[in-house]
Amino acid sequence: MKNPTFTLDFVTRVGKNTVNMVNQLVDMLSFIGEVAITLGKSVMQPKRIRWRPILFNIRTAGFDALPIVGLLSFLLGVVVAYQGAGQLRQYGANIFVADLIGLSMLREFAPLITAIIVAGRSGSAYAAQIGTMAVTEEIDAMRTLGISPQEMLVVPKLVALIIVLPLLTVFADVLGIFGGMLMASTQLDVGFIEFLDRFVKAVGPTSFLVGVGKAPVFAAIIAIVGCYQGFMTKGGADSVGRQTTRSVVQSIFLVIVADALFSIAFSLLDL
Amino acid sequence: MLRQTEHLPQPSKASSNDPVIEMRNVSTSFGEHVVHSDINLEIHRAEIFAIIGGSGSGKSTLLREMILLQRPNSGTIRILGIELKDISELDALALRKRWGVMFQHGGLFGALTIKENVGLPLHEHTALSDAQIDDIADAKLNMTGLKPEVADQFPSELSGGMMKRASLARALALEPELLFLDEPTAGLDPVSAAGVDALVMQLRDQFKLTIVMITHDMDMLWQVADRVAVLADGKVQEVGSMQALSQSENPSVKSFFMGHRGQAAMQRNLTPLENIKE
Repeated sequence: MKNPTFTLDFVTRVGKNTVNMVNQLVDMLSFIGEVAITLGKSVMQPKRIRWRPILFNIRTAGFDALPIVGLLSFLLGVVVAYQGAGQLRQYGANIFVADLIGLSMLREFAPLITAIIVAGRSGSAYAAQIGTMAVTEEIDAMRTLGISPQEMLVVPKLVALIIVLPLLTVFADVLGIFGGMLMASTQLDVGFIEFLDRFVKAVGPTSFLVGVGKAPVFAAIIAIVGCYQGFMTKGGADSVGRQTTRSVVQSIFLVIVADALFSIAFSLLDL
Repeated sequence: MLRQTEHLPQPSKASSNDPVIEMRNVSTSFGEHVVHSDINLEIHRAEIFAIIGGSGSGKSTLLREMILLQRPNSGTIRILGIELKDISELDALALRKRWGVMFQHGGLFGALTIKENVGLPLHEHTALSDAQIDDIADAKLNMTGLKPEVADQFPSELSGGMMKRASLARALALEPELLFLDEPTAGLDPVSAAGVDALVMQLRDQFKLTIVMITHDMDMLWQVADRVAVLADGKVQEVGSMQALSQSENPSVKSFFMGHRGQAAMQRNLTPLENIKE
């Protein structure tokens, strides 16, 4: 113990951070519980579902994201095919580019890149919107007017994203494979027809379903983290920025963790 | 069972003499920090009641506890005869329809126009048609002194004073019996502030509303408040009319009147009265 104050400082900090983290976890869990209850109520009384914000969110989080999701997954397909091309050519296994692109795109890259883009685009927008409303007393006003902020703000976003993210993933699948196909024909002399012929044989429907099946879970993570961080906003405008940043970091982190867990689960299930 | 015995001594009938708001031994603390301890307050029907106190004296917290945005650690709050502790969601909704709240910064929804803001509670809680709601919203905006062209503007396009008026119009949409105002004149120019004073008086006189407000505005306190509660050190130091409070010997009450602003406001508002007496 050469420097007792340093050690003490360090221990205090570790302790404080641990307590903070546990508190946040508890807060998050209770938030998820509240959302689940509200969602349950909405399902029981479909009259309470707010269709307008759901449709609005489908447009902003889904339709408006088509160009960026399409472009990035196309480029990803191109890059994966390009990287694979060198290796495959060495073994004369050019045609297996269809396996490479098909499996990697459908199973991993398309769902993941879509979720990450949406977390950056929409998750941050959720946190910023709700955070701003918290700062300007709009959330309080909503409560005092007898309108549940969960019902008005969280449930529509959650429902919209769960609908939209699988659809975006399918779109990303298509463009990613198109990108790979284009690269295969220019770099490996594998024509479109040959590619698709092999693709159908190599990639089964399970691969497609495994990829798209992950999307609703990613959607729930993004929507809940974004909204939760929005509601955690306290104080002034600087807090909105902080919570927004935190929502993006946290949701991307959790999406990747969830993806890893899915990989383990799928390999155990032999999917 | 225990709760029933607790309720027994309370008279269940709601007569007009019962206080609209009754706080008993309300204590609140955030962690180590005690915000208030053993607050007791009674607010009567058709009264304009003001809560004053320095920054951090817990007046906002007290208001938030009254409007179900926060819960005290202990003590009971009864509003319009309904106990807020353990209130069911249905009762809470019923209660929320009976009061209106005007927030310090308006709390207007930025995504909606002023008219939609005012109409929102009606859309949510009544079966009125869109046309009827529009008419009511126009009427409320007119009542709070806003010009018709404001109706289709968004909150971000309005000045602070107009935002407060619009917020008040929304608070009045469901014809509440009870109105909470958080700093109704803060950030307003003297002319607008005087306008708010007049509006508050008019609401009480015409509609017999009970009005609870938090304010720092000494002129407003002299002009409109029937009774004022001074909050300091987590307790209600004194409750009474401004006249009575200005004579108080309590140091924390005195400090409010001793500053040059307090003095000036007292001069302004007392002189005409004395002139009349002579």
